[in-house]
Amino acid sequence: MIGAQRSIMGPNELDLSFTEAVVKAGGDKVNLCIQCGTCSACCPSGTRTALRTRQIIRRAQLGFQEKVLLDKGLWLCTTCSTCTNRCPRDVDPMGILISLRSLLVEEGQVPTTLRDALGGVYKYGNPWGIMRSKRSEWANGLNVKYAGGGEKVELLYFVGCAPSYDSRVQHVARALVANLNALGVDFSILGNEESCCGNEIYSIGEKGLFDILAEENLSLLDRHGVNRIVTTSPHCFNAFKNRYGRKNFDVRHYTQYLADLIDEEKLSFSGEVKKVVTFQDPCYLGKHNNVYDEPRKIIENIPGVKFVELPTSRGRSVCCEGGGGRMWVDNPGERATESRVRDAVNMGAEMIAVACPFCLLTYDDAIKTTGNEGVIQVMDINELITEAGLVHN
Amino acid sequence: MVKAGLVIGGGISGIQSALDLADQGYTVYLVEKNPSIGGKMAQLDKTFPTLDCAACIMTPKMVDAGRHPNIRLFTYSETQNIEKDIEIFKVKIVRKPRYVDETKCTGCGLCALHCPIEVRNEFDEDLGVRKAIYVPFPQAVPLIYTIDKDSCIDCALCERICQAKAIDRAQQPKEVEVEVGAIIVSTGFELFDARKKEEYGYGVYQNVITGLALERLLSASGPTAGHIVRPSDGRIPLRVAFLQCVGSRDEKSGNLYCSRVCCMYATKEAILLKEHVPDIDVTIYYMDIRAYGKGFEEFYQRAKQEFGIKYIRGRVAEIIEDPYTQNLFLKAENTETGELFDQEVDMVVLSAGLVPPWNDNLRNLLPIPIGDDGFFVTSNPKSEPVTTKMERVFIAGATEGPKDIPDSVIQASAAAMKASNFLKD
Repeated sequence: MIGAQRSIMGPNELDLSFTEAVVKAGGDKVNLCIQCGTCSACCPSGTRTALRTRQIIRRAQLGFQEKVLLDKGLWLCTTCSTCTNRCPRDVDPMGILISLRSLLVEEGQVPTTLRDALGGVYKYGNPWGIMRSKRSEWANGLNVKYAGGGEKVELLYFVGCAPSYDSRVQHVARALVANLNALGVDFSILGNEESCCGNEIYSIGEKGLFDILAEENLSLLDRHGVNRIVTTSPHCFNAFKNRYGRKNFDVRHYTQYLADLIDEEKLSFSGEVKKVVTFQDPCYLGKHNNVYDEPRKIIENIPGVKFVELPTSRGRSVCCEGGGGRMWVDNPGERATESRVRDAVNMGAEMIAVACPFCLLTYDDAIKTTGNEGVIQVMDINELITEAGLVHN
Repeated sequence: MVKAGLVIGGGISGIQSALDLADQGYTVYLVEKNPSIGGKMAQLDKTFPTLDCAACIMTPKMVDAGRHPNIRLFTYSETQNIEKDIEIFKVKIVRKPRYVDETKCTGCGLCALHCPIEVRNEFDEDLGVRKAIYVPFPQAVPLIYTIDKDSCIDCALCERICQAKAIDRAQQPKEVEVEVGAIIVSTGFELFDARKKEEYGYGVYQNVITGLALERLLSASGPTAGHIVRPSDGRIPLRVAFLQCVGSRDEKSGNLYCSRVCCMYATKEAILLKEHVPDIDVTIYYMDIRAYGKGFEEFYQRAKQEFGIKYIRGRVAEIIEDPYTQNLFLKAENTETGELFDQEVDMVVLSAGLVPPWNDNLRNLLPIPIGDDGFFVTSNPKSEPVTTKMERVFIAGATEGPKDIPDSVIQASAAAMKASNFLKD
């Protein structure tokens, strides 16, 4: 029977050893897939791009190595986890796509833009490929402590690459520092020693480089005796929480940290933000880690804010298409963020609040490309808090 | 030897077991938590694969059970305590207060006519309304009215209008003790709560309903007298989609099992929709069609060929409502062609699966083993399909696992036979 199939498919196509390689690379549930199509149909990328998750998994099951590995769709996954959260067989389609990417990375077959990003991380510890010595420039003139100054690190603020280097996201890092200082929190940053958390590197499939980053970061944290961490980015939060394989950290996204302070009545606001505000759930906060209420709690507590939900939110939110290496892999055509911006405008929202650097950048773009500058703006929750005038009780 | 048996649950299985035991001359106590016996089958319009009228099979059996000299009905009652004393079970049954004297009520319905309070009718899956004093449906057995105290405003209009002087608003719960030699558990199932699949918007989008709600729409005795209308605006839907395996075969809901009846009930309801609205366009989205029973495959083929029902192999991943038209857009992949699409429909029917009734306090009363799927387990699924690890305790119907009507009735009769072995001299 197999022989008959071989003659139809051609000798080079059907190769079950390839399926075994996929299983070994981490796609261990690939053979459990029953091909229901949920993954393809819920994919925020695939409904706009060439990514067809179910087909890729079917071909991987059958060992069609060439067809799978030459599929350009592989690089269009944003690792938003919608398919993994909805798969009725718990096959983890997103994990399988990441494993397939890792097979390509091993062969060096990576899109040029991604290769540059990976090279940047390898050389300078960040995917933008900017010098390490510039990593903490954003904090110049700010009142921050650097780890290693002899004092014990009570709380580490892990900044992340985008907030360190991107001029727009640097505002968010500065706002978070201002907010933590206003609250009298004793915290430190790693400065130029900090390296990429590796979350995107893992998602791109460069698991070797990810392991190096994880090891470096962990030994750095151990050296400074860190056990409490707060992050700007949900991606860094996810790396520490789920991908480093260490459970002895108390790692929190800043929205969790600040929402707790609201609960403890240590945080209130002096001013107000008289705006209709909506919120874009970051995938690595929501779908990956089930954190939905904390960002909303902060926004709804700001005086003057009228909070409205987008037509689909929380577990049904639509990815901004910035994750999984997609910041460095462009795909022409309509973007998910563009239709979300139109939805927000139609609902009368004046601001889209975000809690992730990638959402901030992609929404900034989408507001411009849909011609809605001046109609609606995007702001990180940190900036919103600063604008509302944070008060420490 | 105690020549009496207890049957817990008054759906089709419980009624069948009770009738089979009673016909052999044994006394049967039939306990049902709702005001009427009948269970889920009483809610159905037609049955698959023959399209027989469900009520035409069910109501005569209900009446038989209600009038059988050997059957004593305890409706609106719950089994509170069971003590086993070698060969005898001492059973404490609590009769919840109906606030209506069962010995006096004639079922004339004047009270409900005058009652000013309207609430959603659970029997119609919340699509229709009932009064605060009510019978769940006109063919209820016993035909005795019940006051729903949660909705009642104590206006006492019913008390003034009732000619039989049956209203007793001071009624208290009553405990009854019986002794039996065997117990048959037939507590059935509940429908999977489709709200848990947030991507389908059930409970948020008005035009997303369950298959059981559609049964009520199809039924001539239902809230719309059998007219097919969609909940949001009362328009006749011309494009309807069925979504299979909602809460079945789904790791994310924790239900790994196949609910066994959904493929066929969706096919049946699709055919009935075509009969009610000939212009209607019906699509069924499925992972696999499981047409395993007698006449099922033929029924499925007939649905496709004779009635033009479309079957698309692809599990729907998301439903989005258009806020203006309240039409629904389905995101799915036709896995046979690889085509991804958004289908616009007027109404969506979720083929919600069958789950065990978790709030059933019986699980604490009788230590019958429970399987991974949450349903009761028999001693041996092949050779002892109705006996349990507890001597003299038997199970029948969907309480053992999702089951269609014929299988439930077979198991119910078998349980009655096995139980009778312990009741005879």
